[in-house]
Amino acid sequence: MQEAVLEIMSEKGDTVTTAVYEHPLVVRLCHWLNAISLFVLAGSGLQIFRAFPSFGPKVPQHVLINWPKAYAIGGWLGGALQWHLTFMWIYLVTGLVYVGYQLFSGHYRQVLFVPKDIRGLWPMVRYYFFFGRKPPVTEAYNSLQKQAYTTAIGLGVLSVLTGLAIWKPVQFSWLAWLMGGFHYARIWHFLVMWAIIAFVFGHLVMVVLHGWNNFVSMLTGWKKNPEYGPR
Amino acid sequence: MGIRSYQRKFKRMNRRELLKLAPVLALGAFAIPKFQEPLLKKGLAFSDWVSARMFRKGHLATTFADSELTPFPKFPINGYDVDDPQVDFDTWTLTTGGSVQEPGEYTLAQIQTLPKFRQNTRHVCVEGWDVIGRFGGARLSDYLNMIGADLNAKFVTVECADDYYESLDMETALHPQTLLCYEMYDQPLSRVHGAPVRLQIPTKVGYKQAKYLTDLKVTNVLKRVGYWEDQGYSEFYGL
Repeated sequence: MQEAVLEIMSEKGDTVTTAVYEHPLVVRLCHWLNAISLFVLAGSGLQIFRAFPSFGPKVPQHVLINWPKAYAIGGWLGGALQWHLTFMWIYLVTGLVYVGYQLFSGHYRQVLFVPKDIRGLWPMVRYYFFFGRKPPVTEAYNSLQKQAYTTAIGLGVLSVLTGLAIWKPVQFSWLAWLMGGFHYARIWHFLVMWAIIAFVFGHLVMVVLHGWNNFVSMLTGWKKNPEYGPR
Repeated sequence: MGIRSYQRKFKRMNRRELLKLAPVLALGAFAIPKFQEPLLKKGLAFSDWVSARMFRKGHLATTFADSELTPFPKFPINGYDVDDPQVDFDTWTLTTGGSVQEPGEYTLAQIQTLPKFRQNTRHVCVEGWDVIGRFGGARLSDYLNMIGADLNAKFVTVECADDYYESLDMETALHPQTLLCYEMYDQPLSRVHGAPVRLQIPTKVGYKQAKYLTDLKVTNVLKRVGYWEDQGYSEFYGL
Protein backbone atom coordinates (compact mmCIF):
# COMPACT_ATOMS: atom_id res chain seq x y z
CA MET A 1 0.00 0.00 0.00
CA GLN A 2 1.34 3.38 -0.96
CA GLU A 3 1.49 6.18 1.52
CA ALA A 4 -1.48 8.43 1.07
CA VAL A 5 0.35 11.75 1.26
CA LEU A 6 3.60 12.73 -0.37
CA GLU A 7 5.60 15.91 0.16
CA ILE A 8 8.70 16.91 -1.71
CA MET A 9 10.66 19.63 0.04
CA SER A 10 13.57 21.79 -1.02
CA GLU A 11 16.79 21.89 1.04
CA LYS A 12 15.51 25.03 2.77
CA GLY A 13 12.53 23.08 3.92
CA ASP A 14 9.76 24.64 1.77
CA THR A 15 7.31 22.28 0.29
CA VAL A 16 7.74 22.17 -3.48
CA THR A 17 5.18 19.54 -4.34
CA THR A 18 2.50 17.84 -2.33
CA ALA A 19 0.40 15.01 -3.63
CA VAL A 20 -2.41 12.89 -2.27
CA TYR A 21 -3.22 9.37 -3.36
CA GLU A 22 -6.91 9.93 -4.03
CA HIS A 23 -8.09 7.09 -6.21
CA PRO A 24 -7.02 3.49 -5.60
CA LEU A 25 -6.53 1.33 -8.69
CA VAL A 26 -9.82 -0.54 -8.25
CA VAL A 27 -11.72 2.76 -8.27
CA ARG A 28 -9.87 4.00 -11.36
CA LEU A 29 -10.45 0.75 -13.24
CA CYS A 30 -14.14 0.75 -12.34
CA HIS A 31 -14.44 4.41 -13.30
CA TRP A 32 -13.07 4.01 -16.81
CA LEU A 33 -14.66 0.64 -17.59
CA ASN A 34 -17.97 1.98 -16.33
CA ALA A 35 -17.60 5.20 -18.32
CA ILE A 36 -17.01 3.26 -21.53
CA SER A 37 -19.89 0.88 -20.87
CA LEU A 38 -22.16 3.82 -20.08
CA PHE A 39 -21.29 5.38 -23.43
CA VAL A 40 -22.04 2.11 -25.26
CA LEU A 41 -25.25 1.51 -23.29
CA ALA A 42 -26.61 4.98 -24.03
CA GLY A 43 -25.68 4.74 -27.72
CA SER A 44 -27.10 1.25 -28.21
CA GLY A 45 -30.10 2.09 -26.03
CA LEU A 46 -30.97 4.95 -28.36
CA GLN A 47 -30.69 2.59 -31.35
CA ILE A 48 -33.06 0.19 -29.57
CA PHE A 49 -35.38 3.13 -28.94
CA ARG A 50 -35.31 3.92 -32.67
CA ALA A 51 -37.11 0.62 -33.33
CA PHE A 52 -40.19 2.04 -31.59
CA PRO A 53 -39.54 5.72 -30.84
CA SER A 54 -42.73 6.15 -28.86
CA PHE A 55 -44.23 5.54 -25.45
CA GLY A 56 -47.79 5.39 -26.70
CA PRO A 57 -49.65 2.63 -28.52
CA LYS A 58 -48.23 0.74 -31.50
CA VAL A 59 -51.51 1.20 -33.42
CA PRO A 60 -51.52 4.04 -34.30
CA GLN A 61 -47.89 4.91 -33.65
CA HIS A 62 -46.98 8.47 -32.68
CA VAL A 63 -43.26 9.05 -33.09
CA LEU A 64 -41.89 10.96 -30.10
CA ILE A 65 -38.38 11.71 -31.30
CA ASN A 66 -36.67 10.84 -34.55
CA TRP A 67 -33.32 10.08 -32.97
CA PRO A 68 -30.63 10.24 -35.69
CA LYS A 69 -28.96 6.95 -36.51
CA ALA A 70 -25.56 8.67 -36.59
CA TYR A 71 -25.80 9.22 -32.81
CA ALA A 72 -26.61 5.62 -32.03
CA ILE A 73 -24.61 2.40 -31.76
CA GLY A 74 -25.28 -0.99 -33.32
CA GLY A 75 -26.63 -0.12 -36.77
CA TRP A 76 -29.91 -1.99 -36.36
CA LEU A 77 -32.09 -3.30 -33.53
CA GLY A 78 -30.44 -6.72 -33.34
CA GLY A 79 -26.94 -5.24 -33.39
CA ALA A 80 -27.83 -2.66 -30.74
CA LEU A 81 -29.28 -5.37 -28.49
CA GLN A 82 -26.02 -7.31 -28.78
CA TRP A 83 -24.05 -4.27 -27.64
CA HIS A 84 -26.55 -3.50 -24.89
CA LEU A 85 -26.76 -7.05 -23.53
CA THR A 86 -22.97 -7.37 -23.57
CA PHE A 87 -21.95 -4.06 -21.99
CA MET A 88 -24.67 -4.15 -19.36
CA TRP A 89 -22.61 -6.85 -17.62
CA ILE A 90 -19.50 -4.65 -17.57
CA TYR A 91 -21.62 -1.77 -16.29
CA LEU A 92 -23.17 -3.94 -13.58
CA VAL A 93 -19.96 -5.59 -12.41
CA THR A 94 -17.91 -2.37 -12.29
CA GLY A 95 -20.78 -0.67 -10.46
CA LEU A 96 -21.00 -3.47 -7.89
CA VAL A 97 -17.23 -3.67 -7.40
CA TYR A 98 -17.02 0.11 -6.94
CA VAL A 99 -19.83 0.30 -4.40
CA GLY A 100 -18.56 -2.85 -2.66
CA TYR A 101 -15.05 -1.41 -2.42
CA GLN A 102 -16.27 1.94 -1.10
CA LEU A 103 -18.28 0.23 1.62
CA PHE A 104 -15.56 -2.28 2.49
CA SER A 105 -12.75 0.29 2.63
CA GLY A 106 -14.77 2.92 4.43
CA HIS A 107 -14.00 5.43 1.66
CA TYR A 108 -17.72 5.92 1.16
CA ARG A 109 -17.58 8.33 4.10
CA GLN A 110 -15.65 10.78 1.89
CA VAL A 111 -18.24 10.89 -0.81
CA LEU A 112 -21.61 9.71 0.51
CA PHE A 113 -24.07 12.56 0.89
CA VAL A 114 -25.51 12.57 4.41
CA PRO A 115 -27.94 14.98 6.10
CA LYS A 116 -25.13 17.08 7.61
CA ASP A 117 -24.01 17.95 4.08
CA ILE A 118 -27.27 19.77 3.38
CA ARG A 119 -25.88 22.88 5.10
CA GLY A 120 -23.00 23.11 2.67
CA LEU A 121 -25.10 22.83 -0.48
CA TRP A 122 -26.29 26.41 -0.86
CA PRO A 123 -22.86 28.07 -0.47
CA MET A 124 -21.48 25.77 -3.20
CA VAL A 125 -24.44 26.46 -5.51
CA ARG A 126 -23.95 30.20 -4.89
CA TYR A 127 -20.27 29.87 -5.71
CA TYR A 128 -20.74 27.87 -8.90
CA PHE A 129 -23.80 29.52 -10.36
CA PHE A 130 -24.23 32.96 -8.77
CA PHE A 131 -20.67 34.29 -8.44
CA GLY A 132 -20.68 33.78 -4.67
CA ARG A 133 -17.58 33.61 -2.51
CA LYS A 134 -15.72 30.30 -2.62
CA PRO A 135 -16.41 28.30 0.52
CA PRO A 136 -13.29 27.01 2.28
CA VAL A 137 -12.12 23.61 1.03
CA THR A 138 -11.93 21.27 4.01
CA GLU A 139 -12.57 17.86 2.52
CA ALA A 140 -11.73 15.88 -0.61
CA TYR A 141 -15.34 16.31 -1.75
CA ASN A 142 -17.58 19.29 -1.05
CA SER A 143 -21.24 18.80 -0.24
CA LEU A 144 -22.42 19.56 -3.78
CA GLN A 145 -20.00 16.96 -5.15
CA LYS A 146 -21.18 14.45 -2.57
CA GLN A 147 -24.75 15.14 -3.60
CA ALA A 148 -23.88 14.68 -7.29
CA TYR A 149 -21.91 11.46 -6.82
CA THR A 150 -24.45 9.97 -4.44
CA THR A 151 -27.24 10.79 -6.87
CA ALA A 152 -25.22 9.23 -9.69
CA ILE A 153 -24.93 5.96 -7.77
CA GLY A 154 -28.67 6.09 -7.10
CA LEU A 155 -29.31 6.63 -10.82
CA GLY A 156 -26.98 3.71 -11.59
CA VAL A 157 -29.04 1.46 -9.34
CA LEU A 158 -32.25 2.71 -10.95
CA SER A 159 -30.88 2.14 -14.45
CA VAL A 160 -30.17 -1.49 -13.57
CA LEU A 161 -33.55 -2.05 -11.89
CA THR A 162 -35.57 -0.39 -14.67
CA GLY A 163 -33.51 -2.29 -17.24
CA LEU A 164 -34.14 -5.57 -15.44
CA ALA A 165 -37.88 -4.80 -15.40
CA ILE A 166 -37.85 -4.35 -19.19
CA TRP A 167 -35.63 -7.32 -19.90
CA LYS A 168 -37.44 -9.72 -17.54
CA PRO A 169 -40.93 -8.30 -16.94
CA VAL A 170 -42.30 -11.78 -16.19
CA GLN A 171 -39.58 -13.20 -13.93
CA PHE A 172 -39.32 -9.84 -12.11
CA SER A 173 -43.00 -8.97 -12.41
CA TRP A 174 -42.92 -7.37 -8.93
CA LEU A 175 -40.22 -4.98 -10.14
CA ALA A 176 -42.18 -4.13 -13.28
CA TRP A 177 -45.28 -3.73 -11.11
CA LEU A 178 -43.46 -1.24 -8.85
CA MET A 179 -42.75 0.84 -11.94
CA GLY A 180 -46.29 0.61 -13.24
CA GLY A 181 -45.79 -2.38 -15.53
CA PHE A 182 -43.54 -3.08 -18.51
CA HIS A 183 -44.84 -0.09 -20.41
CA TYR A 184 -43.88 2.41 -17.69
CA ALA A 185 -40.64 0.62 -16.81
CA ARG A 186 -39.52 1.39 -20.36
CA ILE A 187 -40.31 5.09 -19.84
CA TRP A 188 -38.44 5.12 -16.50
CA HIS A 189 -35.43 3.43 -18.08
CA PHE A 190 -35.38 6.13 -20.77
CA LEU A 191 -35.70 8.98 -18.25
CA VAL A 192 -33.00 7.53 -15.99
CA MET A 193 -30.67 7.47 -19.01
CA TRP A 194 -31.20 11.19 -19.60
CA ALA A 195 -30.65 11.92 -15.91
CA ILE A 196 -27.34 10.04 -16.08
CA ILE A 197 -26.39 11.92 -19.25
CA ALA A 198 -27.13 15.19 -17.39
CA PHE A 199 -24.87 14.06 -14.55
CA VAL A 200 -22.08 13.14 -16.99
CA PHE A 201 -22.41 16.55 -18.66
CA GLY A 202 -22.07 18.36 -15.32
CA HIS A 203 -19.24 16.04 -14.32
CA LEU A 204 -17.30 16.84 -17.52
CA VAL A 205 -17.82 20.59 -17.09
CA MET A 206 -16.37 20.30 -13.58
CA VAL A 207 -13.44 18.23 -14.81
CA VAL A 208 -12.59 20.98 -17.31
CA LEU A 209 -12.99 23.71 -14.67
CA HIS A 210 -10.84 21.92 -12.13
CA GLY A 211 -7.87 21.52 -14.38
CA TRP A 212 -5.23 19.03 -15.29
CA ASN A 213 -4.04 17.79 -11.88
CA ASN A 214 -7.57 16.86 -10.95
CA PHE A 215 -8.06 14.93 -14.21
CA VAL A 216 -4.73 13.12 -13.88
CA SER A 217 -5.68 11.88 -10.42
CA MET A 218 -8.32 9.62 -12.00
CA LEU A 219 -5.57 8.16 -14.21
CA THR A 220 -2.67 7.74 -11.79
CA GLY A 221 -4.44 7.98 -8.45
CA TRP A 222 -2.19 10.86 -7.32
CA LYS A 223 -3.45 14.40 -7.16
CA LYS A 224 -0.70 17.00 -7.21
CA ASN A 225 -1.09 20.08 -5.07
CA PRO A 226 -4.60 19.36 -3.78
CA GLU A 227 -6.66 22.28 -2.58
CA TYR A 228 -7.44 20.69 0.74
CA GLY A 229 -4.83 20.01 3.39
CA PRO A 230 -3.48 16.44 3.23
CA ARG A 231 -4.17 14.47 6.39
CA MET B 1 19.05 13.05 -3.08
CA GLY B 2 17.99 16.39 -4.51
CA ILE B 3 14.49 17.64 -5.26
CA ARG B 4 14.91 16.73 -8.92
CA SER B 5 15.46 13.05 -8.24
CA TYR B 6 12.46 12.95 -5.89
CA GLN B 7 10.35 14.56 -8.55
CA ARG B 8 11.63 12.08 -11.12
CA LYS B 9 10.71 9.28 -8.77
CA PHE B 10 7.24 10.73 -8.37
CA LYS B 11 6.86 10.89 -12.13
CA ARG B 12 7.94 7.28 -12.50
CA MET B 13 5.44 6.22 -9.88
CA ASN B 14 2.70 8.10 -11.71
CA ARG B 15 3.63 6.39 -14.95
CA ARG B 16 3.50 2.98 -13.28
CA GLU B 17 0.06 3.76 -11.90
CA LEU B 18 -1.12 4.86 -15.33
CA LEU B 19 0.09 1.59 -16.86
CA LYS B 20 -1.98 -0.37 -14.38
CA LEU B 21 -5.06 0.92 -16.23
CA ALA B 22 -4.04 -1.17 -19.26
CA PRO B 23 -6.93 -3.65 -18.77
CA VAL B 24 -9.28 -0.84 -19.83
CA LEU B 25 -7.66 -0.95 -23.26
CA ALA B 26 -8.85 -4.56 -23.61
CA LEU B 27 -12.29 -3.11 -24.37
CA GLY B 28 -10.68 -1.70 -27.49
CA ALA B 29 -11.05 -5.21 -28.95
CA PHE B 30 -14.71 -4.31 -29.50
CA ALA B 31 -13.57 -1.64 -31.95
CA ILE B 32 -11.63 -4.14 -34.09
CA PRO B 33 -13.95 -5.49 -36.80
CA LYS B 34 -12.43 -8.96 -36.67
CA PHE B 35 -13.12 -9.39 -32.95
CA GLN B 36 -16.27 -7.34 -32.65
CA GLU B 37 -18.79 -9.87 -33.93
CA PRO B 38 -17.53 -12.90 -31.98
CA LEU B 39 -17.26 -10.82 -28.79
CA LEU B 40 -20.81 -9.48 -29.11
CA LYS B 41 -22.06 -13.00 -29.88
CA LYS B 42 -20.39 -14.18 -26.67
CA GLY B 43 -21.99 -11.35 -24.71
CA LEU B 44 -25.42 -12.18 -26.11
CA ALA B 45 -24.90 -15.90 -25.48
CA PHE B 46 -23.97 -15.13 -21.87
CA SER B 47 -27.11 -13.04 -21.47
CA ASP B 48 -29.13 -15.94 -22.90
CA TRP B 49 -27.47 -18.36 -20.49
CA VAL B 50 -28.41 -16.11 -17.56
CA SER B 51 -31.93 -15.75 -18.98
CA ALA B 52 -32.40 -19.52 -19.08
CA ARG B 53 -31.25 -19.75 -15.43
CA MET B 54 -33.72 -17.01 -14.47
CA PHE B 55 -36.66 -18.87 -16.03
CA ARG B 56 -38.89 -20.47 -13.37
CA LYS B 57 -41.22 -23.11 -14.74
CA GLY B 58 -43.86 -22.59 -12.07
CA HIS B 59 -43.88 -18.81 -12.29
CA LEU B 60 -46.86 -17.45 -14.22
CA ALA B 61 -46.92 -14.29 -16.28
CA THR B 62 -49.30 -11.65 -14.95
CA THR B 63 -52.85 -11.98 -16.25
CA PHE B 64 -55.17 -9.02 -16.73
CA ALA B 65 -58.85 -8.15 -16.41
CA ASP B 66 -60.97 -7.90 -19.57
CA SER B 67 -61.16 -4.13 -18.99
CA GLU B 68 -57.38 -3.87 -19.40
CA LEU B 69 -57.31 -5.51 -22.84
CA THR B 70 -55.96 -3.60 -25.81
CA PRO B 71 -58.95 -3.24 -28.17
CA PHE B 72 -58.70 -5.94 -30.84
CA PRO B 73 -58.39 -3.49 -33.79
CA LYS B 74 -55.38 -1.95 -32.03
CA PHE B 75 -53.59 -5.28 -31.61
CA PRO B 76 -50.62 -4.95 -34.02
CA ILE B 77 -50.28 -7.32 -36.95
CA ASN B 78 -46.61 -8.15 -37.26
CA GLY B 79 -45.39 -10.36 -40.05
CA TYR B 80 -41.89 -10.47 -41.42
CA ASP B 81 -43.04 -11.11 -44.95
CA VAL B 82 -46.74 -11.37 -45.78
CA ASP B 83 -49.63 -10.79 -43.41
CA ASP B 84 -51.68 -13.58 -44.95
CA PRO B 85 -49.85 -16.57 -46.43
CA GLN B 86 -53.15 -17.98 -47.83
CA VAL B 87 -53.36 -21.11 -45.69
CA ASP B 88 -55.98 -23.57 -47.01
CA PHE B 89 -57.96 -24.34 -43.86
CA ASP B 90 -59.71 -27.36 -45.41
CA THR B 91 -56.50 -29.30 -45.92
CA TRP B 92 -54.45 -27.80 -43.07
CA THR B 93 -52.74 -30.17 -40.64
CA LEU B 94 -49.95 -29.76 -38.16
CA THR B 95 -47.20 -32.06 -39.40
CA THR B 96 -45.72 -33.47 -36.22
CA GLY B 97 -42.51 -35.42 -35.93
CA GLY B 98 -39.13 -35.86 -34.31
CA SER B 99 -38.76 -37.54 -30.92
CA VAL B 100 -42.44 -38.41 -30.59
CA GLN B 101 -44.21 -41.77 -30.28
CA GLU B 102 -47.06 -40.83 -32.58
CA PRO B 103 -45.83 -38.66 -35.41
CA GLY B 104 -48.28 -37.67 -38.10
CA GLU B 105 -50.70 -35.10 -39.45
CA TYR B 106 -52.87 -33.57 -36.73
CA THR B 107 -55.99 -31.60 -37.59
CA LEU B 108 -57.30 -28.51 -35.84
CA ALA B 109 -60.23 -30.61 -34.55
CA GLN B 110 -57.78 -32.97 -32.87
CA ILE B 111 -55.97 -30.05 -31.22
CA GLN B 112 -59.33 -28.70 -30.09
CA THR B 113 -60.17 -31.94 -28.27
CA LEU B 114 -57.53 -30.92 -25.72
CA PRO B 115 -58.70 -28.75 -22.78
CA LYS B 116 -59.09 -25.13 -23.85
CA PHE B 117 -57.44 -22.38 -21.83
CA ARG B 118 -58.08 -18.67 -22.15
CA GLN B 119 -55.71 -16.01 -20.83
CA ASN B 120 -55.37 -12.24 -20.92
CA THR B 121 -51.64 -11.68 -21.07
CA ARG B 122 -49.14 -9.06 -22.16
CA HIS B 123 -47.50 -9.40 -25.55
CA VAL B 124 -44.08 -7.71 -25.60
CA CYS B 125 -42.32 -6.99 -28.87
CA VAL B 126 -38.54 -6.84 -29.15
CA GLU B 127 -39.06 -3.37 -30.64
CA GLY B 128 -40.36 -2.11 -27.33
CA TRP B 129 -44.13 -1.89 -27.72
CA ASP B 130 -46.53 -3.99 -25.69
CA VAL B 131 -50.22 -4.84 -25.77
CA ILE B 132 -52.53 -6.92 -23.63
CA GLY B 133 -54.47 -9.51 -25.58
CA ARG B 134 -56.94 -12.29 -24.94
CA PHE B 135 -55.85 -15.65 -26.25
CA GLY B 136 -57.36 -19.12 -26.24
CA GLY B 137 -56.05 -22.51 -27.17
CA ALA B 138 -54.61 -25.81 -26.02
CA ARG B 139 -51.60 -26.05 -23.79
CA LEU B 140 -48.56 -27.03 -25.81
CA SER B 141 -47.68 -29.38 -22.91
CA ASP B 142 -50.99 -31.23 -23.40
CA TYR B 143 -50.29 -31.55 -27.10
CA LEU B 144 -46.77 -32.83 -26.43
CA ASN B 145 -48.24 -35.44 -24.07
CA MET B 146 -50.89 -36.42 -26.63
CA ILE B 147 -48.29 -37.10 -29.31
CA GLY B 148 -46.04 -38.93 -26.86
CA ALA B 149 -43.18 -36.45 -27.13
CA ASP B 150 -39.89 -37.17 -25.42
CA LEU B 151 -40.13 -34.50 -22.74
CA ASN B 152 -36.44 -34.86 -21.99
CA ALA B 153 -35.61 -33.59 -25.45
CA LYS B 154 -34.17 -30.11 -25.51
CA PHE B 155 -36.24 -28.27 -28.09
CA VAL B 156 -39.55 -27.94 -29.86
CA THR B 157 -39.21 -26.44 -33.31
CA VAL B 158 -41.93 -25.09 -35.58
CA GLU B 159 -42.21 -24.09 -39.20
CA CYS B 160 -44.74 -21.74 -40.65
CA ALA B 161 -46.77 -21.20 -43.82
CA ASP B 162 -44.82 -18.00 -44.51
CA ASP B 163 -41.46 -19.82 -44.24
CA TYR B 164 -40.88 -18.33 -40.80
CA TYR B 165 -39.38 -20.79 -38.32
CA GLU B 166 -38.77 -20.85 -34.59
CA SER B 167 -37.50 -23.02 -31.75
CA LEU B 168 -38.38 -23.21 -28.07
CA ASP B 169 -36.54 -24.66 -25.10
CA MET B 170 -38.47 -27.61 -23.63
CA GLU B 171 -38.97 -25.88 -20.24
CA THR B 172 -40.83 -23.02 -21.90
CA ALA B 173 -42.72 -25.45 -24.16
CA LEU B 174 -44.03 -27.20 -21.03
CA HIS B 175 -44.95 -23.95 -19.22
CA PRO B 176 -48.69 -23.93 -18.39
CA GLN B 177 -49.24 -20.60 -20.21
CA THR B 178 -47.59 -21.73 -23.46
CA LEU B 179 -50.47 -22.26 -25.87
CA LEU B 180 -51.15 -23.66 -29.30
CA CYS B 181 -53.39 -20.68 -29.81
CA TYR B 182 -56.42 -20.87 -32.12
CA GLU B 183 -58.54 -18.08 -30.62
CA MET B 184 -58.09 -14.38 -30.00
CA TYR B 185 -60.64 -12.28 -28.15
CA ASP B 186 -62.93 -15.37 -28.07
CA GLN B 187 -63.06 -15.51 -31.89
CA PRO B 188 -61.30 -18.00 -34.15
CA LEU B 189 -57.80 -16.75 -34.88
CA SER B 190 -57.88 -14.45 -37.92
CA ARG B 191 -55.58 -15.06 -40.89
CA VAL B 192 -53.41 -12.01 -40.21
CA HIS B 193 -52.90 -13.06 -36.60
CA GLY B 194 -51.69 -16.51 -37.59
CA ALA B 195 -54.65 -18.77 -38.38
CA PRO B 196 -55.31 -21.53 -37.95
CA VAL B 197 -52.81 -22.08 -35.11
CA ARG B 198 -50.01 -19.96 -33.67
CA LEU B 199 -47.79 -20.12 -30.62
CA GLN B 200 -48.76 -17.84 -27.75
CA ILE B 201 -46.13 -17.65 -25.04
CA PRO B 202 -46.46 -14.88 -22.43
CA THR B 203 -43.01 -15.75 -21.04
CA LYS B 204 -41.31 -15.03 -24.37
CA VAL B 205 -40.79 -11.99 -26.55
CA GLY B 206 -43.04 -11.62 -29.62
CA TYR B 207 -40.81 -13.02 -32.33
CA LYS B 208 -40.69 -16.43 -30.61
CA GLN B 209 -44.48 -16.69 -30.94
CA ALA B 210 -44.66 -17.98 -34.49
CA LYS B 211 -47.86 -17.71 -36.55
CA TYR B 212 -49.49 -19.95 -39.23
CA LEU B 213 -47.86 -23.13 -37.91
CA THR B 214 -47.45 -26.00 -40.36
CA ASP B 215 -44.84 -28.25 -38.76
CA LEU B 216 -43.85 -29.12 -35.21
CA LYS B 217 -40.88 -31.20 -34.22
CA VAL B 218 -39.34 -32.41 -30.96
CA THR B 219 -35.59 -32.59 -31.15
CA ASN B 220 -32.26 -32.42 -29.37
CA VAL B 221 -30.40 -30.77 -32.20
CA LEU B 222 -31.05 -27.39 -33.74
CA LYS B 223 -29.90 -26.95 -37.31
CA ARG B 224 -31.21 -23.42 -37.18
CA VAL B 225 -32.65 -21.49 -34.26
CA GLY B 226 -35.19 -19.05 -35.63
CA TYR B 227 -35.72 -16.54 -38.39
CA TRP B 228 -34.59 -13.53 -36.34
CA GLU B 229 -32.19 -15.39 -34.06
CA ASP B 230 -30.19 -16.54 -37.06
CA GLN B 231 -29.72 -12.88 -37.97
CA GLY B 232 -28.37 -11.98 -34.55
CA TYR B 233 -31.28 -11.70 -32.14
CA SER B 234 -31.29 -13.36 -28.74
CA GLU B 235 -31.96 -17.11 -28.93
CA PHE B 236 -33.67 -17.49 -25.58
CA TYR B 237 -35.31 -14.10 -25.02
CA GLY B 238 -37.45 -15.11 -22.08
CA LEU B 239 -39.31 -12.29 -20.42
